[in-house]
Amino acid sequence: MIDRLNKAFESRVRLGIMAVLVVNDFVDHARLKELLGVTDGNLASHLAALEELKYVTVRKRFVGKRPNTSYKATAAGLRAFRQHLDAIEQLVPKNPDPHA
Amino acid sequence: MVNEHLDELARIRGLMDRSTRFLSLSGLSGVIAGTAALVGAFLARQHYLDLLWAERMDSYASLDGRSLLDAGRWNEHLVFLFVDGMAVLLVAIAGALWFTWRRGRRTGQGLWDASARRMVVNLLMPLVAGGLFCLSLLQYGALDMVPPATLVFYGLALLNASKYTLDEIRWLGVSEIVLGLVASFWTEAALLFWALGFGVLHIFYGGLMYLRHERNATTAEEA
Repeated sequence: MIDRLNKAFESRVRLGIMAVLVVNDFVDHARLKELLGVTDGNLASHLAALEELKYVTVRKRFVGKRPNTSYKATAAGLRAFRQHLDAIEQLVPKNPDPHA
Repeated sequence: MVNEHLDELARIRGLMDRSTRFLSLSGLSGVIAGTAALVGAFLARQHYLDLLWAERMDSYASLDGRSLLDAGRWNEHLVFLFVDGMAVLLVAIAGALWFTWRRGRRTGQGLWDASARRMVVNLLMPLVAGGLFCLSLLQYGALDMVPPATLVFYGLALLNASKYTLDEIRWLGVSEIVLGLVASFWTEAALLFWALGFGVLHIFYGGLMYLRHERNATTAEEA
């Protein structure tokens, strides 16, 4: 059962990024930083790791004169996140959430 | 170990909830909408009193002393009410867009991102249903029930949209529903309840939202 937990999501930051991206379309760097409460550098390295795994796609564009980088979860990323959550939920004996 | 997982699930749920809410909705948009509604209600009342006055003058002038219900004048009043209401709506929407856009520039949240769309869609569904229902009331001449119905449906719409934005919207919605229900048993005072619901409540909750979420952020940024 343990092996169904995804190694990529051992990091709380990476799991947090995916949690935000599964319920939104493109989310930009600043908003992710604000939601997760991490530093720019930390966030950037975790995002790079997720991009490497093809769990997120990146969109770079200009909003007015400022460059803006946003991220979106890929289908593979969504599937991996879901499997990881299922695995966590099975590790919790009595589920307090009646909807799950 | 188990607690750790439970904490993790709670954290994920919290992140999903927070990230889907449209948080740059500005309280000032409520204040401007409420002010517009109060001005609109005042003008409607003045126009109605003028109409009553004119009717009374006519009744003195007419030979039998009875008021002749002047259909032309009444229709003109309905047109005035319609234009008045539309003007209030336009000012309110423009104000909401402007203040929310201004705030979104600070928080970095776009005016039309996924959370804004979700909020607007959830607001519009009960609102459109209410609008159509009011048309059916008009068709059957139940004019008295239109103002309470607009308050109740507007409250339901806010209650529905509140899952996707600031929590104060939930209480604004509940207040509108209660006020609408009271108004439905007291239809003579329709304009008063309308002014309370669309004017006073907007200003109150808008001001509350501003004080709670925006004033500090603004001063912190300027400091």
